[in-house]
Amino acid sequence: MAGPDAVMNLPGKPFSFADLGALAVPAAVLACIAASAQWSWIAAFPQDWTLPIAGAINAALGWIIPAILPVTAALSRALAAILTALVLVLQFIPWPATAIALMMVGLRAGGPRLLGLCVVAVAYVVLAGFWRQSMATVALVLLAVPMSVLGGFVLGLGAYLVPRLRRPVEALFDFMQTFPAFAYLIPLLLLFGFGPVAGLVATAVYAIPPMARCVLSGLTQVPRELVEVGEMAGCTPAQRLFWVELPAARPMVMVGINQTTMAALSMVITASIIGGFDDIGWAVLSGLRQADLGKSLLSGLVIVVISIVVDRLTASLFAEPRGNATRRRLPAMRKVLAGAAIVLAAGALLRLAPGFPQGLNQMAGIIDFGLLNRALLGFVGRYSGVLDAIKSGVLYYLVLPLRLGLAGAVLPTTWGFAMTPAITSAYALLATALAARQLAKGGPGKAAATLCVAMLLYVGMVAFPWPAAILVTAWAAWRVSGPKLALLATASLAFVLISGLWVPFVKSLYLVGVSVVLCAFIGGLLGLLAAHNNWFSAMLRPLNDALQTMPQFVFLIPALMFFKVGEFAGLIAISLYAVVPAIRYTEAGLRNVSPAILETARQLGCTPTQSNLFVQIPLARPALLLGLNQTVMAAITMLPIAATVGTSELGQQIYISLGKADAGMGITAGIVFCLTAINLDRMLRAAAGHLRSI
Amino acid sequence: MASSSVSQRRVALACHDLWKLYGPDPRRAMNAVLSHGNDRERQRAALARSAHVAAVAGVSLEVHEAEIFVLMGLSGSGKSTLLRCLTRLIEPTSGRVLLDGEDLEKAGRKRMIELRRHAMGMVFQNFGLLPHLNVLDNVAFPLRVQGVDTEKRYARAREMTELVGLSGLEASFPNQLSGGQQQRVGIARSLAVGPQVWFLDEPFSALDPLIRRQMQDEFIRLQKMLRKTIVFVTHDVQEAFRLADRIAIMRDGAIVQMGTPAEIALSPANDYIAEFLRDIPTLRAIKAADVMQPLSDTGRPARTVPATELVEAILPMILDDASPIGVLDAAGTLAGQITTGRIAELARHGRA
Repeated sequence: MAGPDAVMNLPGKPFSFADLGALAVPAAVLACIAASAQWSWIAAFPQDWTLPIAGAINAALGWIIPAILPVTAALSRALAAILTALVLVLQFIPWPATAIALMMVGLRAGGPRLLGLCVVAVAYVVLAGFWRQSMATVALVLLAVPMSVLGGFVLGLGAYLVPRLRRPVEALFDFMQTFPAFAYLIPLLLLFGFGPVAGLVATAVYAIPPMARCVLSGLTQVPRELVEVGEMAGCTPAQRLFWVELPAARPMVMVGINQTTMAALSMVITASIIGGFDDIGWAVLSGLRQADLGKSLLSGLVIVVISIVVDRLTASLFAEPRGNATRRRLPAMRKVLAGAAIVLAAGALLRLAPGFPQGLNQMAGIIDFGLLNRALLGFVGRYSGVLDAIKSGVLYYLVLPLRLGLAGAVLPTTWGFAMTPAITSAYALLATALAARQLAKGGPGKAAATLCVAMLLYVGMVAFPWPAAILVTAWAAWRVSGPKLALLATASLAFVLISGLWVPFVKSLYLVGVSVVLCAFIGGLLGLLAAHNNWFSAMLRPLNDALQTMPQFVFLIPALMFFKVGEFAGLIAISLYAVVPAIRYTEAGLRNVSPAILETARQLGCTPTQSNLFVQIPLARPALLLGLNQTVMAAITMLPIAATVGTSELGQQIYISLGKADAGMGITAGIVFCLTAINLDRMLRAAAGHLRSI
Repeated sequence: MASSSVSQRRVALACHDLWKLYGPDPRRAMNAVLSHGNDRERQRAALARSAHVAAVAGVSLEVHEAEIFVLMGLSGSGKSTLLRCLTRLIEPTSGRVLLDGEDLEKAGRKRMIELRRHAMGMVFQNFGLLPHLNVLDNVAFPLRVQGVDTEKRYARAREMTELVGLSGLEASFPNQLSGGQQQRVGIARSLAVGPQVWFLDEPFSALDPLIRRQMQDEFIRLQKMLRKTIVFVTHDVQEAFRLADRIAIMRDGAIVQMGTPAEIALSPANDYIAEFLRDIPTLRAIKAADVMQPLSDTGRPARTVPATELVEAILPMILDDASPIGVLDAAGTLAGQITTGRIAELARHGRA
């Protein structure tokens, strides 16, 4: 290690002994690791110290649920009746009538392009033989969206009118959006009974935040000048709200409706895990369970198709009209909607006529699952070598080292050598040398971080002593943000410990960690290529769109197809879902670097590679970090879904508790999920903020 | 003189020792500042100690009926804040605002709404048009707020639209109009209720120079017809000198100098003002009456000009022929004369 004398002579930040304080953190971590061999309570949090949080929650629910059950039961019956009626109607109308009505609206709203999309979508759904199921899904969405839109509108407006409510409401939204749906399905099941209504309510609740957020931000973004116009015209507060602010916020409110619809569509599939309703979600899920991947894939595509049509349709319907089209669209739109309604009614009447082919809506698909299944199996069989190689590569060189540490994962059979004392010392020396270099450059924080990461890698995440984990997390939170975040992070970890969920929590973390590393690498590379190549970017965009609109369950299909049930399939599913933000933010971040600066770099004689490495990437760092943040968040939301294909972590806990209807366990695990997501989000955002301010 | 004729008119809008402080505790800081009486230096020191910022710092002014009063200053000088304190869009921290003698601070919510509906009109820098309403509905908006029935308010809105020269565009939406057209809509809307006081907040700043010039001409034309009491905010010196009856030049929330364009051009209060004047052709701001001297005994000048003639026009006359030029007042009687010596003096001070 370089002595303090050598350090002092180097340029950079003036050396101070206070900086050495940072090195106390790795020292303490080392002490913990050493001590964990001696005292078992350091290595693993003792079972006796945990509190029966799940039991307490169950006891509390035992009080609350009977109290409100009469209300919810009545509500449940009403919703069930409406839902059943809606499903009946939608499934009764012959599909050609529905298709024509849809195409009329599509043509009016988005011209020939949208019409074409509608034709393709209807054709696919009918040919795949999922018309009935898709109408059930559409009914669920049609019923959930108005509830979410109304709820979101009221919440957003309330938060706008009472500024003091804004922060608690925002926090509530954060919670609602990170809380795993599976976890709150359980109390909803208890309240609304087994069946589609619980799923419907879950969907409606899940889809509220986007609407509320858009309403709030639309209203707060109304230009100050327009508010003043209202004031100077002598508006009463109500006049100002209805005649100035809400109309000015209209475009944002429309975006909210679109977002809410998309959220509802994705949740409807997740909620179908409750079952009892023959919709598309159930088709996907049952396909997965029966290993009928062909069926699962085809029905998953139905959802993708519906999502894309609904997205484009609502987006074009609500798009701000440009230029001369203003206003004249509305009456025309009304006419088209009336026409579509007439077509639907005519279709329904026609079906009552004698001789009408009654089985029209139940037509079996032309596309054969069996054929697809055989083709898929053939493909997997032929390339099993390659797939296995990928699987074992990731497993041995990424998953196991993170889980068991280098100490446990480096074996002669896989790595070609073992962690003999000599190699271990070499590793320690290397890490120390790197840290010393960083210290010499005036970065004591970086040096401490290097040492901590080196120790974490050596021991592995599962065996990393919990006091050390808390210490490192609190220290990192303090450094990027401040005492408040450090306190939040410490309290969150303490909650995880006393709830007895530490081990599944750590396993979740490393699963997220591995998939984020994969995504950052692959997504970063794709984003880099896309940023420099317009053609590639144009190719990638629809793929990203598709990946983002797909319901999370669909990602399980290819993962299962190629890698069979197990943790690795879960990992692949998570990565498929989380790679999109990595690609998007990388490309956007790199492309947003000012051309003037790049021109300067070229003028200064940078080669393209130099300009990339020394100018573009450093300048894009805040955007890259935000992309990383989004990737982490996506990975966390995907965890509970991935649990259905056999991972062993928090998501699995939730999944199991759903099976056992153990609300307390599910909610506790859900809270851990939320806390993880919120803490990581705050830390990464704070770090991005730091980078931007440099 | 022009200034004296204005000052004899009734005061339509006034404010006395108006302050607007920003910071953690404006009330307390205000008390600290006001405890120093009228001593500006000590007030500033107290303000600095309290870590508050004064966007408006002890402004007193009087705007007379049918006068164009221009508030001019660089961005951050407090002119827009002052304007908003006069309309109570921003609540002043201290001081009084009198509209037609009525203390606005004492006006309750209802009375304030009433005043804004009938007595005030305002034009905004970025036009402030409601994007979801067409031209006619935008112009009719203040009337709709008052509850005027549809037929009446559209009739009035049509009248206003025609006044600003937008006939035929009534059904257009704001995003279909050019910037100049949009501001015409803003002007028509602000005039729809027939306000006593007309506030214009940098109305032409967002427009191209050529359009800005046209809109200034339009503004002058309208004012000749309407004779409104006007508070006009601008950062453009040339615009200020072109349009103003009187100008108040602001800096750091306070008024540095107030007077007619000629008064300011002829005797700038300090170097800061003088620096501003470098950008304007002062000869165009100064009229014969502003620089004329008493008649000498040597006899009647052979040539005469009206009192409102610009010095710019007199200059070539005096260069051709060095004999004094007589100045006739509004009644046509000889009021004074301008000599070559006077012009030379102006030139020596760098103002010609």
